[in-house]
Amino acid sequence: MALTDLTAEQSIAAIAAGRTSSEELVTAHLARAEHDDWNNFLAVDRDAALARAREIDAMPQRPPLAGVPVAIKDALSTRDLTTTAGSRILEGFRPIYTATCVARLEAAGAVVIGKTNMDEFAMGSSCENSAYGPSLNPWDTARVPGGSSGGSASAVAARQAPWSLGSDTGGSIRQPAALCGIVGMKPTYGAISRYGLIAFASSLDQVGPFARTVRDAVLLLQPMVGRDPMDATSLEWPEPIVLPTAERLDGVRVGVIEELMGEGIEPGVRAACRAALDRVESLGGTLVPIGLPHARYGLATYYLIAPAECSANLARFDGIRYGRRAEGPDDLLEHYERTRGEGFGPEVKRRIMLGTFALSAGYYDAYYAQAQRVRTLIVQDFAAAFAEVDVVASPTSPTVAFRLGERTADPLSMYLSDVCTIPVSLAGLPSLSIPCGLSDGLPVGLQLAGPAFSENRLFEIAHALEGVIGFDPSPPGVAT
Amino acid sequence: MSTDAWEAVIGIEIHAQLLTRTKMFCGCALSFGDPPNTHTCPVCLAHPGALPVVNREAIRLAIVAGHALGCEIAERSVFARKNYFYPDLPKAYQISQYDQPICGPGRFRFLTEDGAKTLGITRAHLEEDAAKLIHLGGEGRRANAEGSVVDFNRGGTPLLEIVTEPELHNGADAAAFLKQLRQTLVHLRITDGSMEQGSLRADANISVRPAGSTGLGTKTELKNMNSFTFLERGIAAEIKRQIAILDVGGTITQETLHYEPATGQITSLRSKEEAHDYRYFPEPDLEPVVPDRAWVEELRAGLPELPIDRRERWIRDYGLTFEDAEVLSEPTELGDYFERVAMDAPPKSAANWVRGELRAQLRERGQEPWGSAVPPEALASLIGMVESRTISMPSAKAVLAHLVEHGGDPVRVVDDLGLKPTHDESALAGIVDTLFADNPVQAQQLREGKDKLVGFFVGQAMKVTGGTADPSQISQLVRERAAGDPAS
Repeated sequence: MALTDLTAEQSIAAIAAGRTSSEELVTAHLARAEHDDWNNFLAVDRDAALARAREIDAMPQRPPLAGVPVAIKDALSTRDLTTTAGSRILEGFRPIYTATCVARLEAAGAVVIGKTNMDEFAMGSSCENSAYGPSLNPWDTARVPGGSSGGSASAVAARQAPWSLGSDTGGSIRQPAALCGIVGMKPTYGAISRYGLIAFASSLDQVGPFARTVRDAVLLLQPMVGRDPMDATSLEWPEPIVLPTAERLDGVRVGVIEELMGEGIEPGVRAACRAALDRVESLGGTLVPIGLPHARYGLATYYLIAPAECSANLARFDGIRYGRRAEGPDDLLEHYERTRGEGFGPEVKRRIMLGTFALSAGYYDAYYAQAQRVRTLIVQDFAAAFAEVDVVASPTSPTVAFRLGERTADPLSMYLSDVCTIPVSLAGLPSLSIPCGLSDGLPVGLQLAGPAFSENRLFEIAHALEGVIGFDPSPPGVAT
Repeated sequence: MSTDAWEAVIGIEIHAQLLTRTKMFCGCALSFGDPPNTHTCPVCLAHPGALPVVNREAIRLAIVAGHALGCEIAERSVFARKNYFYPDLPKAYQISQYDQPICGPGRFRFLTEDGAKTLGITRAHLEEDAAKLIHLGGEGRRANAEGSVVDFNRGGTPLLEIVTEPELHNGADAAAFLKQLRQTLVHLRITDGSMEQGSLRADANISVRPAGSTGLGTKTELKNMNSFTFLERGIAAEIKRQIAILDVGGTITQETLHYEPATGQITSLRSKEEAHDYRYFPEPDLEPVVPDRAWVEELRAGLPELPIDRRERWIRDYGLTFEDAEVLSEPTELGDYFERVAMDAPPKSAANWVRGELRAQLRERGQEPWGSAVPPEALASLIGMVESRTISMPSAKAVLAHLVEHGGDPVRVVDDLGLKPTHDESALAGIVDTLFADNPVQAQQLREGKDKLVGFFVGQAMKVTGGTADPSQISQLVRERAAGDPAS
């Protein structure tokens, strides 16, 4: 078995047993990251990663993550390591500070090997909006890995890293996890500091782990969770995050979101999710049909709130203090227009314009304020559901990985990729996607979501289901 | 021509930089005059991924200010993003407060020569200051500049914006209000209040309506009045300008105006059509501010005596004039000094000495009474010797000069300087007798009613006594001698 086939948990055990070292693990993964058939890495930090690995190997007392390599979505600020958020406007930008979550992972002993590709500023569901070309899906390189954290998901599926970090605003961790056949987790809003996460939509953005097992995702999550004085929306965490061990689901009530199991969901996806959910009962749990009456407004709500916030969040990219600056203009207005006109791609411009419009005088109440009211109704729908069930379940994505270029001409069809994940994001709930089978040879993801702070419960349920589903996260064509 | 036919309506907006140790949303120190861009970080430079965190001390100062302004302190206030592009605004939005400010409606009392008046406070809210844009060449104006650079040291400084109701009617009251407001905020250590350095800035919203009507005319916003005098003059000039337009049937354009103190010129900065749509929305990176009510009450209870109350007390209890009280009330340290002198000396005399002789002597040395070599107890003791006629006024001034330079106990200084008072009545009477004998011509003229010559004899007596005599006592003796000796 190749070192790159080990899960992170296995790697930590192997290091502890003296069977391998951080340096060996990092070297093996660097080789794959540099031989990048999927365009997953925008930057590889070979020298620093190896130096750090050797440093950890030399420690008398190893930190908990023992020098296991990790790949970081390029939306996270890493000091001195190029950070572009997939945008031309930040080409070659070297940050002056490291995101809190990355710093915490490093302190826990993870070794950053590089930065992964993404839709520009996390806007997209296919990774095709990256200014540096799309990442490809290891299950079929003619298909997208999903997005926006496409590079992070694809890199874990392709064994370039045992795990990675992504960020999820409307589904940007869960949807690519589903399309790449791995585990992707978005914690409760506020669980992980956003300090250093290049903002797309502040009230929705959350960092989270990708891994090939639920337990690995938990291991990566553990060091990152908790209050950060640099992020006013980060939360004191009420209890330790523990490694799940459950094999049974006795007494667990799983709500099946009816609105997300019918029309608009590909039959193969529906079938794989049904089959996985049937296992709940075999493990002693019960399935309860659950309605989320306002979920169908989720997409419209999201596409007012997220663009509105992004229109302000992306205003700082003006070419004055850092990043790309248009050459030539003497006039200030022309400077802004050219710098931003040349620096941003079409999807980013579309959303900035949508958001600017939604916040404009005379439209605010009809659009932004109305969307916030609907958001409250969606939050209440979930609260009502959790009065009856422990978690809710649905497909993560309505389809399996689609072909490159299939949806780029039609933004709305692209937006529909996140129809299942967006309501959960609007409610700020913890949620994960686990692979639950194949449809036409491509992975299908099952989404589970629980009440705020129910991470431990969610992981136990996901872990038990993962065991009984027995999905093999090895893309056929990927040599190891 | 028809000033009486019109009534001006004025509201003021004040921006006060808060005296916090660090910036509004990051840990960078506040500074003035340090090298450019030395107090910056990812947050106040708006680097990708950086987030704001509210400065708790700024919240405290805003609440204290709110109490002093008689405002309601909001149970819940919300920060909002005010969006516009400019190189001095690194995020391209200013974090401010919009529809839910920290301080709600209030009423503020201010003292004028006609007595106390009040002005409604609409609101006060927290926000961050912009950075400083410096235009190179072209006389520092953007239009002609060869280039522009930005100093981000100031960017993110906490500001309290205070908005008043449009209830003022002339520039003099506006200036009196602003003086009292500044004094209050400085007294409470909310701001340093320097208008020259821009840590206190005032804009005026001005409109004019037919006298006796209640509606509001079209308003203009007048900016850049960086002193009380300029505020008063600027408002007067703008009222005059508006009335001149209205008198000939013209209409006022809603616009933002720039007052140029040097020339008194008012020029247009932008009209309403050019006004920004700031697209305010709640700042998603910050939680609403929900101050603990017990803390809010604690801050209210902890409020010291406000300057207006102190001034009114001096006028009422000490018999000071409006002007005495105004001069002595600022800065706070001067008022404190005066009060300590007034504890041990007659307050009116204390007022005269502090604002008169003491400050005059110290000014030459670039000193202020507090922190000088003359503690208030020493001055009170000196005043006491004058009041009891133990020493003369000229002696007292000499003693003060000695105290200013060397410090010490005034009673001992009087001894050391040999200023032992010569006010033994019979001794002084003897001196006067001698002077009358030595100067018979003047003595005769005095007896014939040439009253000016009292001064001549007083001067001579002072010379003889080496200045230790009390001039008023001598002049009395001179008059008695002249009146009681008509024949010879």
